[in-house]
Amino acid sequence: MKFARIAAATLAFAALGAGAATADDIETAVEARQGQFKLFSFNIGPLVEMAQGDIEYDADTATTAAENLAKVTTLQQDRLWPEGSDTESIDDTRALPAIWEDLDDFADKHAALGEATAELEMVAGDGLDELRGAIGAVGNACSACHDDYREEQ
Amino acid sequence: MRRLAIAVVLVMGLAGGGYWGLSAPMPLPSGALDGIEGDAERGEAVFWAAGCASCHSDGEAEDDERLVLSGGQRFESDFGTFVAPNISPDPEHGIGGWSTEDFANAMLRGVSPDGAHYFPAFPYTSYAKADPEDAVHLKAFMDTLPESDRANEPNDVAFPFNIRRNIGIWKRLNLDTDWVITGDLSDEAERGRYLSEALAHCAECHTPRGALGGLDTGRWMAGAEDPSGDDRIPGITPAQLDWSQREIASYLEMGFTPDFDTAGGTMRAVVKSLAELDQADRDAMAAYVKELPEAE
Repeated sequence: MKFARIAAATLAFAALGAGAATADDIETAVEARQGQFKLFSFNIGPLVEMAQGDIEYDADTATTAAENLAKVTTLQQDRLWPEGSDTESIDDTRALPAIWEDLDDFADKHAALGEATAELEMVAGDGLDELRGAIGAVGNACSACHDDYREEQ
Repeated sequence: MRRLAIAVVLVMGLAGGGYWGLSAPMPLPSGALDGIEGDAERGEAVFWAAGCASCHSDGEAEDDERLVLSGGQRFESDFGTFVAPNISPDPEHGIGGWSTEDFANAMLRGVSPDGAHYFPAFPYTSYAKADPEDAVHLKAFMDTLPESDRANEPNDVAFPFNIRRNIGIWKRLNLDTDWVITGDLSDEAERGRYLSEALAHCAECHTPRGALGGLDTGRWMAGAEDPSGDDRIPGITPAQLDWSQREIASYLEMGFTPDFDTAGGTMRAVVKSLAELDQADRDAMAAYVKELPEAE
């Protein structure tokens, strides 16, 4: 299961960087990839709020949100990250050129996020303690990539 | 002429003597640890609050690997590059041969077992505010950790900063065991002050430094340049950070900001350590942060 997810995540980047993109293509791709991060944030919100005690724990809500997170990490990534869509080429992105300098590592970090969300998905419905125990790893996976590949605000 | 020469020699001798006196290491008074029994369990709480693993484990360590204090992480600064030493209980490469007094003098006074000053990259200027018993408990816990035989590497520090005796003068100016935030604090905020100012040494990164590397206590936690990179370390006084106490405490546990972004950079390792504390201690640290005077 874990291996399959990693394989899928790696495959999601298989064709990354291939082919030239027009300015319109790039703008669309940047909007689309930011959309997936919005979906991510939208679904992690209730999980963090439950973990923090701001809203009451609800197993169904937690499971659905965690499933969605895990699904987002399996989306095919190749067309979302065309060459020329980094901070030095365009405005309105925080994607650093370093992504395209080490695509394998970028894909590995995306795979690690897939793994962390899969763990979360498995336990999110089991109880608040289980949720709290697994959500930190998701945050760490987010940060690991942001530290290297996202521009500071 | 001869008188003048004698006078010059006398003055130089006095100045030299003054330097020698002022730069001397100042270990704890003998007997400071008398009657304190080390408790490894309490020491573990000190260990996570003090963030030892953030610098002394391998930089990529996760989970129990963080307990292998092999050293080796490199820290760049304006004064040179410091390499975290092996502080595992290995008797040859680590600190396995140290007495409890040796350990307490290192942590609370920045003095090595052979009487040399440590560079203040090791945050003893913060640890100096800690209770001696916490040093004793910490030693008891660290004695239980795995040994590592990784050999230490030398620091790469340029003249004149590499003259350790000069650090004695620096300590006279910058080592102060008084609290920075004083006044009417709740018991919770006082506990948070102990954790934040002494053990967790938050100010070492979040407070700007003067030309000689001392903390600017007038701009306490107001944010600072990152000595190891281009990024800025954010200020955390209420002028920069408007999170609630609960949001701060939750961030220190799980690393999520109130808008669900995540802790970045070296703060990730800090959060991983603080996540091991009791909830009440993170709440206390957050209460202290809320008490910080606004500073730009």
